[in-house]
Amino acid sequence: MITTPTVTNARTKVLQRQGAAVALVLMVVVSWLTFPRFGSLDNLRDLALQGSFLVVIAIGMTFVIITGGIDLSVGSLYALGGVLAAWGSQYGFLAALTLPLVVCGVIGLVNGLLIARTNMAPFIVTLASLLFARGLLLAITDEGANTYQIPGDSAFVELGRGTVFGFGYPIFVAAVLAVLGGMILNRTSFGQNVFATGGAEQSAVLLGVPVAKTKVLVYTMSGTLAGLAGALTAAYLQSGVTVIGVGLELDAIAVVVIGGTLLTGGMGTILGTVIGVGLIKVIQNVINQIGTLDSNYQSVVSGVFLLIVVVLQRILRR
Amino acid sequence: MTRTTTQAATRTVISTAAARTRWLQDNGVYVAVAVLLLFNALFTANFLTLGNFTTQLVQAAPVLIVALGMALVIGTEGVDLSVGAVMALAAAIIPLYLGAGPLMAITMALVIGVLAGAFNGFLVAKVGIQPIVATLALLVGGRGLALVIADGQLVQLHDETFLELGTGDVLGIPISVLIAGLLALVVAGLTNRTTFGRQLVAIGGNRKAATLAGLPVNRVLIGVYAITGVLAAIAGVLATSRLAASDPADMGLLMELSAITAVVVGGTPLTGGKVRVLGTVFGVILMQLVRATLIKHNLPDSIAQMIQAAIIIAAVYVARERR
Repeated sequence: MITTPTVTNARTKVLQRQGAAVALVLMVVVSWLTFPRFGSLDNLRDLALQGSFLVVIAIGMTFVIITGGIDLSVGSLYALGGVLAAWGSQYGFLAALTLPLVVCGVIGLVNGLLIARTNMAPFIVTLASLLFARGLLLAITDEGANTYQIPGDSAFVELGRGTVFGFGYPIFVAAVLAVLGGMILNRTSFGQNVFATGGAEQSAVLLGVPVAKTKVLVYTMSGTLAGLAGALTAAYLQSGVTVIGVGLELDAIAVVVIGGTLLTGGMGTILGTVIGVGLIKVIQNVINQIGTLDSNYQSVVSGVFLLIVVVLQRILRR
Repeated sequence: MTRTTTQAATRTVISTAAARTRWLQDNGVYVAVAVLLLFNALFTANFLTLGNFTTQLVQAAPVLIVALGMALVIGTEGVDLSVGAVMALAAAIIPLYLGAGPLMAITMALVIGVLAGAFNGFLVAKVGIQPIVATLALLVGGRGLALVIADGQLVQLHDETFLELGTGDVLGIPISVLIAGLLALVVAGLTNRTTFGRQLVAIGGNRKAATLAGLPVNRVLIGVYAITGVLAAIAGVLATSRLAASDPADMGLLMELSAITAVVVGGTPLTGGKVRVLGTVFGVILMQLVRATLIKHNLPDSIAQMIQAAIIIAAVYVARERR
């Protein structure tokens, strides 16, 4: 969407882009003052670690959504990636890491090919692969009865459990990927193509933007990242848990939207997505701190929060 | 002369091919159901029994009721992800009011459904939020709210009259199946024979044009989402009654995906502007038959899910719009 930059527009944009960041800062300050334990290094480390897995998935989702698409398969691919990593870990570090990336990447590639080449809706194609990936997971785990364990002495476990200054490796992986993702999105021609594809697909095609190739790439990326997040989680849990990741695609979409990326495509930032993850995780953390509230309130608050953000975004855009 | 004949011949070939694709697009779901029925009649033991058909229909009834609403929403170029959460809300409400009689409990559940749906419709129509996001908020929050209401507990229900809804039958036809069939007729009438139905399809086809033509776009959209909400609540009530327990944690889980699948497999395009009620009914029956066939032939869940995925892709591939 091309708009003429006017003063109001610029101000709106700042609010839109910084709105989530302002909310995050406020949440953190208030939580810190209210719950002394919130600010403890242990809690912050835990918070960052919990958020890192979602960040990895949400980076891919951000790219997909900017092209105007959606990827519902990431929750299943996340679980599949974890199981594949745990199974592969018996053949060493490399197998544990590459197997999930390759398999989930290929499923993402198929998503992309179907969407780009056959004009089928992303929603329905990735809905089918959500089912397919879950089915594949069940097939390799004896219908979910078999949870593969990762040997404790495996180097792979270190990837999930190792720490630097107490901060887990997954946090660094997520941070590096976020920086990389931001650079790819803003500094490369591929990134420009991603924006162009989502902004005005017809015009992009006419201008010679490789729309089909761009779409194939973003879905492949999204699948691979979901697989990686699963592998990291498996390394952290030391096993391939079969039942995780149900509904995770919706969490990922929610944080991307909270971060200011428009579902209509053509606009969005990785930083916003990271902030979106931060917000959701801080809310969950605070609800846990309150203690007397049962965990069901987490989803109520998350839902209300998502609602407030999208309504505000909509009002600011007018 | 020869050239004209060849051209004419080519044209005929092309138009027959196009006609064949078109026919397959329109009738694929009926053919698929017929093929599956035939296959089961020949190769599945105890398939052609009244008991089996009743079981299949009873299992399909709540999905069908939800899918009917989903078809309407998709017809407006929208989608409703909150239907499963609304079912859970309805389930959570029932034990609270069952003391005041089953009628009171059911009414309250349906009121919640209407309110939830109207709220979605308000967000989509008046605030202008994309349907996926607007209904995603209720999907995330709704089930949580249902669990908060129910205190996270499963509650056994003992009210005879209420349980009759799930177990009773009229002339051998289970009540829930009757209700589902009746609602299918109502929704079909609504889409094909009323102004509301025509306006709904017009909005889905081209919202801007519909607005310019002076159609009451907001009112119709809110109405459509409210109908979807109440249908989801009805499905929640029936499923709760059949379960003889209020179980907000599991009630309607992933129902949005089943409903969307059935609607799309039934030939209603996600791009809006068209609602196929009979197709939706057969879409639900097809997915139910697929599941039943796989189970009866002892195929594991894993294979069943992968086959369902393939069927969804195949159905949408056939029905897709050409560039």
